[in-house]
Amino acid sequence: MSGHPDGTPRRALSALRHDPPAVAGTVVLLLLLVVGVAGRWLAPAGVNDVDVDGMLRPPSPDHPFGTDELGRDVLSRVLVAARVSLEVGLVSVGIALLVGVTVGLLAGWYRGWVDNVLMRGMDVLFAFPVLLLAVAIVAVLGPGLLTAMVAIGVVYTPIFARVTRAGVLSVREQVFVRAAVSIGASDARIVRRHVLPNIAAPLIVQTSLSLAFAILSEAALSFLGLGIQPPDPAWGRMLYDGRGFVTEAWWLGVFPGAAIFLTVLAFNLVGDALRDVLDPRQLTVGEARRSRA
Amino acid sequence: MTADAAIGPGETVAELADLKVWFPVPGGAPVRAVDGVSLRVRRGETLGLVGESGSGKSTTGLALLRLVDPTAGVVRVDGQDVTRWSRRRLRGLRRRVAMVFQDPQASLDPRRTIGASVAEPLVVHRLADTAAARRRRVAELLEMVGLRADLADRHPHELSGGQRQRVGIARALAGEPDLIVLDEPIASLDLSVQAQIMNLLRGLQRDLGLTYLFIAHDLAAVEHLSDRVAVMYLGRIVETGTPEQLYGEPAHPYTAALLSAIPVADPRVERHRRRIILSGDVPSPADPPSGCRFRTRCPQARPDCAEVDPALVEVAAGQRAACRYAGEAVRAMRAPTAGEGPGR
Repeated sequence: MSGHPDGTPRRALSALRHDPPAVAGTVVLLLLLVVGVAGRWLAPAGVNDVDVDGMLRPPSPDHPFGTDELGRDVLSRVLVAARVSLEVGLVSVGIALLVGVTVGLLAGWYRGWVDNVLMRGMDVLFAFPVLLLAVAIVAVLGPGLLTAMVAIGVVYTPIFARVTRAGVLSVREQVFVRAAVSIGASDARIVRRHVLPNIAAPLIVQTSLSLAFAILSEAALSFLGLGIQPPDPAWGRMLYDGRGFVTEAWWLGVFPGAAIFLTVLAFNLVGDALRDVLDPRQLTVGEARRSRA
Repeated sequence: MTADAAIGPGETVAELADLKVWFPVPGGAPVRAVDGVSLRVRRGETLGLVGESGSGKSTTGLALLRLVDPTAGVVRVDGQDVTRWSRRRLRGLRRRVAMVFQDPQASLDPRRTIGASVAEPLVVHRLADTAAARRRRVAELLEMVGLRADLADRHPHELSGGQRQRVGIARALAGEPDLIVLDEPIASLDLSVQAQIMNLLRGLQRDLGLTYLFIAHDLAAVEHLSDRVAVMYLGRIVETGTPEQLYGEPAHPYTAALLSAIPVADPRVERHRRRIILSGDVPSPADPPSGCRFRTRCPQARPDCAEVDPALVEVAAGQRAACRYAGEAVRAMRAPTAGEGPGR
């Protein structure tokens, strides 16, 4: 092992650089970010420019991803929709992470009735099928992008609460936590400085997986007409809209599908690598993987 | 049992009076980990607390820091009764009593650097105003325990067991505590490293005037460091005295048995010396024997030992034992002609 005398975050970054899948994932996510921010300007055509003479055209130099049943440029729509998918993923998972981790920390640290009340509440949420719960929430709040985000966030909150609580329960029994108490550290300090960093790894993995699932959930909600409202483009909506044309116009489903696939894969690759690298006992992802094998 | 006020003068740093720590067991009798312990630690001394696993010695140490809640009795630190202090209020106390844990690997947060761990008391108690002052103090503390200051940037897994325990000691020193509870600080270390850590602890005490409560599971570990030794069995103190008294003239049969478990470095002596082998296991602390707690394993138990719970009584100046036949029983056990008991 080559020694990196600097702190963990910098070391983690330098270790990530030497892991090809992580680099690939990061590149895809960065591209996605650029497209998400600048999609409207990158798009060669307007997302709702209808061309009745050019419906369902296969990919060509004019329309690299072809056109849909209304003659709209699929490439433009895929690019612009990136923003929606990213927003939904980040905001909904952000909500789930914030609420879920807070609930899990309180439940695991204080146990007793706090634990019971909070986790039984989470169990109620957990008992519903994901989509059913999301649909119910959207039904109450009304359809739209924002409610879709809230709904998906609520749906994924119990998972984060459980992962967090399980981690807290095991870490709080560690001697180093008792040592921190013996020094006089406050609960808030112990949770922030000792408990959270030691449960970060499973949370990071959960976050990367949930980002992927949230993007898929948004696709499902949009398809059901409860998320993005037409004619605004969203990958899920395009994918489902294209299902009727799979045999004659494969490009309608393949390109938004590939966009979802790449995004989900990139989140997973980066999440995996981060989990390995955030363990200070390892220096590089390669070493981490080899030692686990 | 009464507090041992009789033994010499000296300012009391910390004191336990008739302390009981019982852990509830669902659907059963509580485990009486500590069941009526009184002890007093004086400034500048080392009090050795010895007992086998399950004797309640570690729980006693934890109770002194209020890391476990006493069921009954009083915990006093610097003359203040802290028995019922809230967690918040206790935080101020934490600077005055520090603890070194048995397993240095487990007691250091694997994700924090050595420097961050040592600096934690400084941060918590606001003992350093700036990051630079904190860094200087950490370097000073690391050097005090014989470590290079540049280890501050390392993580615990990059250090050896002995180095890690030095870090644990540096952290305990950071708040300049009045008392350091050493909970088997050398038990998980290699033999050669044990000696180094003992020398370090002795040197620090000499240079800084520290007060130790030294918890160990055998008498040999505390012999050379302790001014006084207390022997625990099944949640009680069964004998206290100076190491010379306990090693020379143990009054309680249990102390004598513990002593005979220490090997002698001379093979001729070792071959012929009589060892007292205790039979059976330590009884359950949830259901201690009636009368004297040691009687079920005592080679010298008499019928009336089951009747009366013996109190700690003075058997020599500064030496006290909780045995109705103190001295006499030990002499019988050690006599070469003694035929009774499982001793050989």
